This record gives sequence, structure tokens and C-alpha cells, in this order.
Amino acid sequence: MEESRRDFIKGTAAGAAGLVAQSRTGAGSDQHDHEHDHQAVPSDLALRVKALESLLVERGLVDRAALDAIVDTYETKIGPRNGTRVVARAWVDPAYKKRLLTDATAAIAELGYSGGQGEDMVVLENTPKVHNLIVCTLCSCYPWPVLGLPPVWYKSAPYRSRAVIDPRGVLREFGLELPQDTEIHVWDSTAELRYMVLPERPAGTESMSEQELADLVTRDSMVGVAKVTAKKPGGAS
Amino acid sequence: MNGVHDMGGMHGMGPIRHEQHEPVFHEPWEGRVYAITRVVRAGGGRQNLDNSRHLLELLPPAEYLRMSYYERWYARLTNQLVANGIVTREELDTGRAAGGSPKAEPRVTAAMVPDIVVRRNSARREAASAPRFKVGQRVRARNINPTGHTRLPRYARGKSGVIARDHGVFVFPDTNAAFAGEKPQHVYSVRFAARELWGPDASSRDCVHIDMWDDYLDRA
Repeated sequence: MEESRRDFIKGTAAGAAGLVAQSRTGAGSDQHDHEHDHQAVPSDLALRVKALESLLVERGLVDRAALDAIVDTYETKIGPRNGTRVVARAWVDPAYKKRLLTDATAAIAELGYSGGQGEDMVVLENTPKVHNLIVCTLCSCYPWPVLGLPPVWYKSAPYRSRAVIDPRGVLREFGLELPQDTEIHVWDSTAELRYMVLPERPAGTESMSEQELADLVTRDSMVGVAKVTAKKPGGAS
Repeated sequence: MNGVHDMGGMHGMGPIRHEQHEPVFHEPWEGRVYAITRVVRAGGGRQNLDNSRHLLELLPPAEYLRMSYYERWYARLTNQLVANGIVTREELDTGRAAGGSPKAEPRVTAAMVPDIVVRRNSARREAASAPRFKVGQRVRARNINPTGHTRLPRYARGKSGVIARDHGVFVFPDTNAAFAGEKPQHVYSVRFAARELWGPDASSRDCVHIDMWDDYLDRA
């Protein structure tokens, strides 16, 4: 993953980051090209973004502390853990589950989650007969308040292009083989509705507490590319 | 517009690369680009969500495909800042404000961030707009090819489906992206059989739900 990502980013920089490299080294175009062949590209983009931030701070358009607070919010506060609590609540509380499936925005707000890219939520229930899968083929729409910011694969061309035409093949790549008689419902997020999957509660979890159940739920299961298993996952994903 | 961003149904994009324990931001600059985009009014007074999506679609197709997600955001942000006369390319290259350029007060401070991230900015509108279709009704997606922004993916154009849900009234992105008005109208979840979209090789049990505005649909 890391290697391919670096290659991917490397390709980009030739176009995007030339000017900073040039202004930093004072080099002519020969050395400029040479540099991009051999140097890790993220540093160039990192430099350009630093330059952008300094400029906007100097002009008084942004406040560094506000940027820090936003990064910290999405790194530590708003993430898939929120969604796991919604799922666990729905598993233990039938009345909550009913509210969640009929007015997801309000039910999710009951647990304190709301905000940008989750203004109008829809929750889809997976059952033994119906498996739901979320995608955004046109960009990368994703329910930020409950799942946080989307992972790279969700935003990538391979997922966006194939989830609608070959959902079974996509699920197989995630290690999930569904029976032929299971209906797969793909939801392409083309409007301002944001979707989250309510995965099936695994068997053998009857005695678990709500918190223990929440710990079983993974991000991937709430996008629909995985099922929840009774064995605790290796870590949050 | 019929751009490369509209990639539903395309082949050849390679395997899906799932990363275990993926960080929210892979590099610090990604977080900074994300945060700056959230707080800076890069379009001056004139910007909205639909227009900002369209600005990503307007990146040259080869660039769009090779850029990572946050590189696209960086490109959009800086294109916007320059186009709106907020900064110059030279300033971006040097990271220093040109002498005599005006200073502004930050509109967003750290104290405002907790409020900003939970604030709802819904595209739902209370405007009375009668739905043109009912749940259960058969519809056909229009075959339109607008050169501006649209949220009607190519793979659904001309295909027929069934209204599965009426989500209520929302801003219409095709006009809003062009600053030509919100034109609020009903959005429906339309269910298309996989075989209608992809032919007889698709599973007879599978379907794709696509959210569609009144203006994308005709009676089938």
C-alpha cells in the first residue's frame, strides 16, 4: 500500500510542486526534473502547503490554532467510534433501532453526533437477505459525524468505479463472499443524503454489554464491505 | 459534465488497496489542507458545496486521476484563492504576502471550531415543492449531458427504475453550482436493477439505489 501510494503521489508532483522546488533550490529545469525523478514527492507538497499556510496566516485569513483544532477534532474526536456506538445502541434497544431506521439524523443526534456531511442521514439495515453497500461514484461523500473522514480506498478510483458494477467482486476483495441469493443493494451517494449501514449483530453476543458490542463493530462493516464478527477485531479500523 | 470524476462502472482502475490501521491523515500537510479548506473563504463571498465539487471536476482529467484526494483539495483551494484575487501565484510560491497586500482578521478562531464541526448546513429546504413522483412509481433517468455540474451519473442516464423513497426537498446542484439559484425540488432514492444498468451478466438479485432530483426523471 505504502509503496504504491508513494508512486501515485510521485506522479503528481511533477506538475503540482515544481515552483516550490524551483524557488527552494534556485535550480534550472534540468535539475528540477532530476529532483522529481529521485526525491520523495510528499516533501514538495508538504513545502507548498507550508507556504500556503504561512501566507494565509500572514494575511490574517487563517488562525493556526483553528487549523490545529480542526485536525485534532478529526484525528481524535470524530471517527468511526461514533458510529460503533450508534450500532450497538440499535442492537440492544429495539425502540432506538426503529427511530434510527425511520429518522436516522434525529436518532444519531440523540447520541450527540451531528454536523458537516451528516446533516441528513439514512441508516440501512443489513439482514440475512439484504446486504447494503455504500459508495460515492462522483466524488467521495461519506458520513463524517459517525464515521469520520473516509479512508483512502473509499475515495479511490478502483472502489468508486467498481462498487456499482461489480459489488460482489469488490466484496470478495475485502474477503467477504456473499451467498448468491443474498440481495446486494448498492447506494450511490449522489445527493446530500449520507448513508451508514447497520450491520447484522453476530450470533453469540447475547450476553455482551452495549460497550462490548460497540467494540466489535468496525468502520468497514458500517460502509458495508465487511460483516461484524463476534471475535474482537485486532484494532479500530 | 462528462468528466473522469464520473467513474461509476469504469474498468481498469486496478485493485482496491485496503490499509490496516490507516491514519486519518497520512502526512501532516493533508490535515492542513483539509483544515484550511474548512475555514478559509477561498471563494470570497461566492461559494457553495456544489460549486466546490464542480471545481474538483474541472481539474484536467489526467491530473485528476493521478492526484491523491488531498492533492486535489490543494489544487482546488489554490485555484480558487488565485481566481478570486485573494492571493497571487507568486505569493503561493514564496509563502510570503506581497508588500502592501491587505491584512484581514481571521474569520475562524480555535474557539469557534467545536461549533463549526457540529454545525448543520443542510441542503434540505422547507420550500413547498410538490413531488412529481410517488414511491413505487416507475421512472426513467433523463439522457442529459450538461457541460456544467450535475449529479446524474452517466451510468444511469436513460435507464429505468422505481422510486424507493422520497427524501424531501433539497437544493438542486446543477443550478446551484453555477450560482444560478437553488431551485429546490424533491430528491428520491431510485432503485435500478443491476441488470437494467449492466445487462444480463449482472446478478438478478442486485440493485443500485441512486439519489435523483425531480429534474433528472421522467415517467417510464
